[in-house]
Amino acid sequence: MKLKLHVNGEKKSVDVPPMKRLLDTLREELELTGTKEGCGEGECGACTVIVDGTAVNACLVPSCQVDGCDVQTVEGIARAGGKQAARLHRLQRAFLEHGAAQCGICTPGMLMAALALPKRATLDEIRAGLAGNLCRCTGYMKIYDAVAQFLDGERR
Amino acid sequence: MIAAANVDVLRPRHLKDALMMLRVAADEGRPLVPMAGGTDLFVTLNAGQKPAARYLDLWRLDKLRSVAADGRRGLVFGGLATFTDCIESKAVQKRLPILVDAARQVGGVQIQNRGTLAGNIENGSPAADGVPVLMAADATIVLRSLDDERRVPLASYYTGYRKTVRRADELIVAIEIDVPDGPQWFHKVGTRAAQAISKVVMAAIGHRVALGSVAPVIVRAHKLEAYVAAGGRDLAEAKRLAGADVSPIDDVRSTAEYRRRVVENLVAAWLPSLDGGGAARPAKRAAGLDKPPASR
Amino acid sequence: MSKKKRPRTVKERLRTVGHNVARAEGVEKVTGAARYIDDLRFDDMLYGATIRSTIPAGRIVAVERDPAFDWSGFTFVDHRDIAAPGKNVVAMIADDQPFLAVDRVRHQAEPIALIAHADRARLADALAHVHVRYEAEPAQLDFESASTVLKEIAIRRGDVDAVFARAGVTIVEGTYRTGAQEQLYIECNGVVALPGCANPDDGGITVHGSMQCPYYVVRALCVLTGLPREKVRVVQTTTGGGFGGKEEYPSLVAGHAVLLARKAGRPVKMMYERHEDLVATTKRHPSIVRHRTALAKDGTILGIDVDLRLDGGAYVTLSPVVLSRAAIHATGPYRAEAVRIRGRVMMTNTPPNGAFRGFGAPQSQFAAEVHMDRIAGELGLDPIVLRKKNLFRTGDVTATGQVLKDSVAAHEVLDRALARHAAAVRTHNKAVRAHNKKERSHNKKERSHNEMVPARGTGIALFFHGSGFTGGGEVKLASKAGLALTKRGVRLLVGSTEIGQGTRTMHAQIVAETLGISYERVETADPDTARVPDSGPTVASRTCMVVGKILQRAAEKLRAELGDYDDDKSFLKRARHLLADRGSVEIIEEYQKPGDIVWSDETYEGDAYGAYAWGCNIADVEIDPITYQARCTQFTTAIDIGKAIHPILAEGQIEGGTLQGIGWALYEDVVMRDGKMQNASLTNYIIPTTLDTPPIAVDIVEHPYGNGPFGAKGVGECPIDGPAAALVNAIRAATGKRLDAIPATPERIMKAIA
Repeated sequence: MKLKLHVNGEKKSVDVPPMKRLLDTLREELELTGTKEGCGEGECGACTVIVDGTAVNACLVPSCQVDGCDVQTVEGIARAGGKQAARLHRLQRAFLEHGAAQCGICTPGMLMAALALPKRATLDEIRAGLAGNLCRCTGYMKIYDAVAQFLDGERR
Repeated sequence: MIAAANVDVLRPRHLKDALMMLRVAADEGRPLVPMAGGTDLFVTLNAGQKPAARYLDLWRLDKLRSVAADGRRGLVFGGLATFTDCIESKAVQKRLPILVDAARQVGGVQIQNRGTLAGNIENGSPAADGVPVLMAADATIVLRSLDDERRVPLASYYTGYRKTVRRADELIVAIEIDVPDGPQWFHKVGTRAAQAISKVVMAAIGHRVALGSVAPVIVRAHKLEAYVAAGGRDLAEAKRLAGADVSPIDDVRSTAEYRRRVVENLVAAWLPSLDGGGAARPAKRAAGLDKPPASR
Repeated sequence: MSKKKRPRTVKERLRTVGHNVARAEGVEKVTGAARYIDDLRFDDMLYGATIRSTIPAGRIVAVERDPAFDWSGFTFVDHRDIAAPGKNVVAMIADDQPFLAVDRVRHQAEPIALIAHADRARLADALAHVHVRYEAEPAQLDFESASTVLKEIAIRRGDVDAVFARAGVTIVEGTYRTGAQEQLYIECNGVVALPGCANPDDGGITVHGSMQCPYYVVRALCVLTGLPREKVRVVQTTTGGGFGGKEEYPSLVAGHAVLLARKAGRPVKMMYERHEDLVATTKRHPSIVRHRTALAKDGTILGIDVDLRLDGGAYVTLSPVVLSRAAIHATGPYRAEAVRIRGRVMMTNTPPNGAFRGFGAPQSQFAAEVHMDRIAGELGLDPIVLRKKNLFRTGDVTATGQVLKDSVAAHEVLDRALARHAAAVRTHNKAVRAHNKKERSHNKKERSHNEMVPARGTGIALFFHGSGFTGGGEVKLASKAGLALTKRGVRLLVGSTEIGQGTRTMHAQIVAETLGISYERVETADPDTARVPDSGPTVASRTCMVVGKILQRAAEKLRAELGDYDDDKSFLKRARHLLADRGSVEIIEEYQKPGDIVWSDETYEGDAYGAYAWGCNIADVEIDPITYQARCTQFTTAIDIGKAIHPILAEGQIEGGTLQGIGWALYEDVVMRDGKMQNASLTNYIIPTTLDTPPIAVDIVEHPYGNGPFGAKGVGECPIDGPAAALVNAIRAATGKRLDAIPATPERIMKAIA
């Protein structure tokens, strides 16, 4: 099936079996390997991407359903162009500053879920909004710190 | 990773086309499996279950994405209304807040954004979190086929474990609720605080009580309901009657004994709320208290 | 002759060490640029899968491929493809585990054969068309009733029986159990094997993969293939979590991929899916620990008698070392006149258990600390007073006869945890009052007179964790590490792996500080065994204390060779001079045992570890009155790690290790039936989500260790040794009932109290 979609702001055309998981279309067809598979059950959230503004588990989405959609992945967070460090999104910088990533495998999904949080989220809402993203390394504490700092900056 | 190569997907834009496709499939004896958000289907596919030969993708049927107030105290959900749609709907927040509670506890936000109420119903898991609320609310399922529409009370929707009355040429196009009077109460007992399969679920509106994960289907606790409707308030009796309507099992997540005891505890927590005052929930953990103290 | 700069003491102002420098591998992880093994593709690559046993014990009668299935394009491998000089043995301690079963299986999911195909999606179907016929044999599934001992050790000090027989002593007994735990790295096991080493046709082999110990894999592959060391190259790819689960297991996966790659003549990727990873790979050893303690009436511990048994599963793997660590830590951080510890690993027909953070110490210290609580209860003593009375001080002697000379902070972590916890609780209570005030004014109606109040309690645990390999282990490892001078600074040559803990950053800080140059001038070579020396495995809390120390010595040597300089510019000038002179400058140092460490493997006596990290946990718990779920509302942990080289990374280790301990205590349960894990999915094997995680207050204590780089000891594992006991003790305080086993699930709590 031929799909036309926007991925990280760029027009993309792919031809894939309609039931191919969005996760696999991203990683294989589009060679965007930033989105990860951790469980295939929609439990770990490592495959979280944003489709038309909504956070979803890409391992549970058939590619046919993103025809004509806007898909955002971790590769699209940083600004294009310019020096590497300067391109980083404030959220990414907050993650770096606070040590919110250790092994990093959950980080792409965690970043996307964080970007999908309401901008006025309280700590409780941050925790609830990230409850679909499992991290085994950090104990979550520094992820909250990073996200809280990012949201704080967004509000100003 | 699933073997998706030889699977056909039909993708109608309009409901009548979808219904036509289902009718043709039924007539020809070629199964066509309806697919909405995929949050249940893809878990089984990822686990290695062979895909069906053909799927009917419902995701483009935008007219089914509605959540609306109906009349003075009713609600109508379209067949593609998601859990997030329920959470964000002011009408649901006002008229059926326990559905918002239940929806918030389905998986994480990623699942809530894609999982549909209709899918939750049709999937027929006895651990479905939204269904006990709908059951206590005496919801009506609107099934439509190419040339017919019928309304089935949710109470009669299931015929057995994961078996429903939906015919192969029908789709759930709406769920209608005339929200009953009475205090609303909901409690999900999961394996953990989020992303949890329920071990026991209880939803109550007035004297109507529905229980999940304690029988092959989600049940109304009829004996308990009759007792409290008639004015009975003895806790020991209420517990006994609730127990008579459930048949919990041991499984990989929990035990029959635990489930039975928790049902009794839920009844004990709920019973006082029937008369006056607000819902008697267990002391809610105050929000915003979990801020980690500065650790440096 | 260059003037030697006097060595800096830790008290002098440090410019890099102790600071939260930018993490070397950080940017790639937040941009999605980091390449994990499943992100890598090679030309002509096949995907491999494993045919596994479906019974726990029995003889293999036949392995049949369905002739009706189209096998074209498939590569098939079984034990017959392992030919001399190679051996069908996963080289570890006992060499008892085959890569592929020959004529019998000893556990469910044991690898029997392998297949590979270019189309990953075809593998599942192919697996369904391989039929193995067995003659099932009786299986030993339960380790408590098992009789085959894989390993036994004994630790003795003084005369325990005599002490117990003394008049007037109080004897307290208790038996404690812990369950298996899955490491649950979010990235499953995976490797790619490619024919060829230095070049594709040289008959060698290259493996890229998710792993903690590239050199363990090298050794295993050399034994499997008979290839010489120079023909085997292993490269660690960015690894999405290990926690011990990728210490020894990758050798097995790598061997499988190599067998397929050599037969097919093409690269082969073996990437486990979650269900398979849960069912087949190693777990934390379940344990049963029986304590008998003799005390004076005032609570002084006189004698400790421990019998501990671990479930090793079907093969030995690393069980002897897990047992060793469990036994050495079995007394908890307490002195006693007489000690007897008997430890055994039992064989069962279940998938072999293996390394998991803590490595035996969490199991034995769970028992020790819940037992201390029991003792306090039976003697009518305050749990803290009892502990303080017996807690190690400098000069005390451990079970193995080690005199604790250096860096003993048991009392300090206790005091710090108590203070920190009190402060955390005060802050929390303030917030509760403020919230309740708000709630009362907004929701008078909501508040029901029937609010069910949860039972609450606080529990404490004190624990310690030896850094580095036990006893003579570090000497045997003879780890090497060093650095090469480059035009812009130095490149570290070290076999330690970064698996989330920030190895490259921490090592770079140590070297930069020692050399007196900017942190940014130190880079680290990729962990490629063709390029870096064997620094030993990345385990046992040794990467900073032991390997970091070796790097420090290499840096000191380099500094001496460079002569005088006082900033980056003058350093570079000298560096370029030296490079011009010699062409290349590489300094590799080897592990040097601190002179005062003495250990006997035969009698299990002496200095078990150079240094110990010390920890104290305090947990507040409430028990949900409806569900019996124990929920931690505040967790405090004070850990002495000698020196926090990078405070944020160190805290991260402590927070993460703590939550893994909390998960083990309250949520994580490996449900077995017929020797196979039944809840092998993330839906049913549950680890804590954000909403299950309590606020964790961390206090890093720094009691420097003289032989550690800048005083640092280990940090990775100590934090996981305490939480289970602290939580179980809190549950007892809340309910009046002591659970003697974890996980302390709601079902178990219900049984205890109702």
